[in-house]
Amino acid sequence: MNSLARTAKLSAALAALFATAAAAQDDKTVIAVSIPAATHGWTGGVVYHAEQAEQEIEAAFPDIDVVVKTSPSATAQVSALEDLTASQEIAALVILPFTSEELTGPVEQVKAGGTFITVVDRGLTDPTIQDLYVAGNNIAVGANTASYLADQLGGEGEIVVLRGIPTVIDDERIQGFTDVIDDTNIKILDIQYANWNQDEAFSLMQDYLAKYPHIDAVWANDDDMLLGVLEAIQQSGRTEIRYALGGNGMREVIEKVMANDPVTPVSTPYPPSMIKTAIYMTAAQFHGQAPVRGTVLLDAPLITPENAEQFYFPDSPF
Amino acid sequence: MSITSAQVAARGKGWSIRWSDLGPFIALAVILVLGALLNPSFLSETNVLNVVTRSAFVAIIAIGATFVISSGGLDLSVGSMMAFVTGVMIMIMNALEPSLGSGAILVGALAALVVGALCGAANGLIVTVGRIEPFIVTLGTMGIFRALITFMTDGGSLPIDRGLRDAYRPVYFGSVLGVPIPILISLAAILLGAFLLYRTKYGRRCAAVGANSEVARFSGVPVARVQTIAYVIQGLCVAVAAICYVPRLGAATPTTGQLWELQVITAVVIGGTALRGGKGRIWGTVAGALILEAIANLMVLSDLVSEYLVAAVQGVIIIVAMLVHRFTK
Repeated sequence: MNSLARTAKLSAALAALFATAAAAQDDKTVIAVSIPAATHGWTGGVVYHAEQAEQEIEAAFPDIDVVVKTSPSATAQVSALEDLTASQEIAALVILPFTSEELTGPVEQVKAGGTFITVVDRGLTDPTIQDLYVAGNNIAVGANTASYLADQLGGEGEIVVLRGIPTVIDDERIQGFTDVIDDTNIKILDIQYANWNQDEAFSLMQDYLAKYPHIDAVWANDDDMLLGVLEAIQQSGRTEIRYALGGNGMREVIEKVMANDPVTPVSTPYPPSMIKTAIYMTAAQFHGQAPVRGTVLLDAPLITPENAEQFYFPDSPF
Repeated sequence: MSITSAQVAARGKGWSIRWSDLGPFIALAVILVLGALLNPSFLSETNVLNVVTRSAFVAIIAIGATFVISSGGLDLSVGSMMAFVTGVMIMIMNALEPSLGSGAILVGALAALVVGALCGAANGLIVTVGRIEPFIVTLGTMGIFRALITFMTDGGSLPIDRGLRDAYRPVYFGSVLGVPIPILISLAAILLGAFLLYRTKYGRRCAAVGANSEVARFSGVPVARVQTIAYVIQGLCVAVAAICYVPRLGAATPTTGQLWELQVITAVVIGGTALRGGKGRIWGTVAGALILEAIANLMVLSDLVSEYLVAAVQGVIIIVAMLVHRFTK
């Protein structure tokens, strides 16, 4: 008897739960956000900013419900898309795809159900699927850093470069950088992979220092690696290195820029907060019917002591 | 008894046994000579100290792995465990800094040893009491430790308090009589490990269990205990490596120690320890760790190969070293 009563109570509770969930869906526009799980600094920042955007938008627009879902792999992200669409009616999907190839098909299927698609950072192989595309500019990250460095060095000198993991992102940054440097008298002594990893960047910089008796400047194409580079330079006691620059706008590096650090006076943003841009714009489409279809390419202006405040997120993990 | 007769027999056959034991050291010597020919600054004092200091982490962890592997086990979780221990240590140090000042470093380091030993004990007990293949157990704990450090850092980085940074820095960057402290710490770990493996009853039991656990059991060796202790030693070694690691970059991140388990296992096997158990070589393991770091260093110092092919050349060198080792037996 007792167990029967309990079952009845439980099913009543469940029914009530479903009822409220259904009610919530009826009067709210759902924006689903699918992003990679926090596995390194940059994706950690993406998760942080997506959650911030969720809170801010839900507080500002009570008619919009933002659902953030993180996935540790491309396959998991495909499953997450299935779960998101199966359990509720979603008006819009904001997605930062793990890989272009694997996610194109599944996103296309979500689109077929009439959902508004916003793609962030990594494009799908078929760009006609997206309604809105928001991305940073990796070529500008490399090119703007190179222009600054060329100016500061007076177009001459010997530099070393640390690159990340062999991907399109890494290739574009290196291409943007070398295209600018090729037009100067600056010589790139060496470019090697350090996999966007602080430890590997530390080791690689030690090796560069052992190999080259004179280095004018270092460029690590990501701020995580820059921290390892700076540690290696400090340990070596070498003083001829005038500039050590990174990119991405990591919190610790922005703090250096704000403090007028002589070796790292600038950084360039490739901000994980671009997910926030994408979620806000998507919300604008549904709350105020502000037209947002199109492509937004965020520029990578130099972060200097004057504007660093705008790029500084003291609570972000990145 | 059987050991002495084997040695007598070996002596009778001449140099063969000796060559194979010397294999890793000869390989290291060849790489050193080759390196010096390719770039004279390879043998410069700064470069040698850099490379040896850098190899300290893998060497220290690999000493523990020598015990685990020679006793017939395997531990894939060491890289993630290192990151996890690092994270716990930094959190404890940061929490205690306001009350203890730089004394927090000592407490944090002791806590790291306890956490490391507990992590190792967990691996060991699940393997021995749960009777599950060590490959699967440590694959599981590898994921668990990695997820924990990612959680603790929110996917970003967990830096040590600025107040502790300067006091702690010398543990990686300092030196005594010109020898960097991480090298001294590894030397202590090596000597302790060699003593334990070669000169104590426990060391012999380790090899006996690894060679044939059934025979060892019938000879009255407490197999489960011997194996569990090997994992605890591994955990302690991981903690010691973590203690040297934190002052280097002053932070734990989700990529800390990533794929170190493969370097550690490679170092142990290059060093002459049998992957199937029964034979452990502490000094060989150390040579193995040095070989791996020296090859990586040489790849940067020489302009022989394109940056895209570095990993391929490293792979070829390791395989060739193992083949040479096999055919000198």
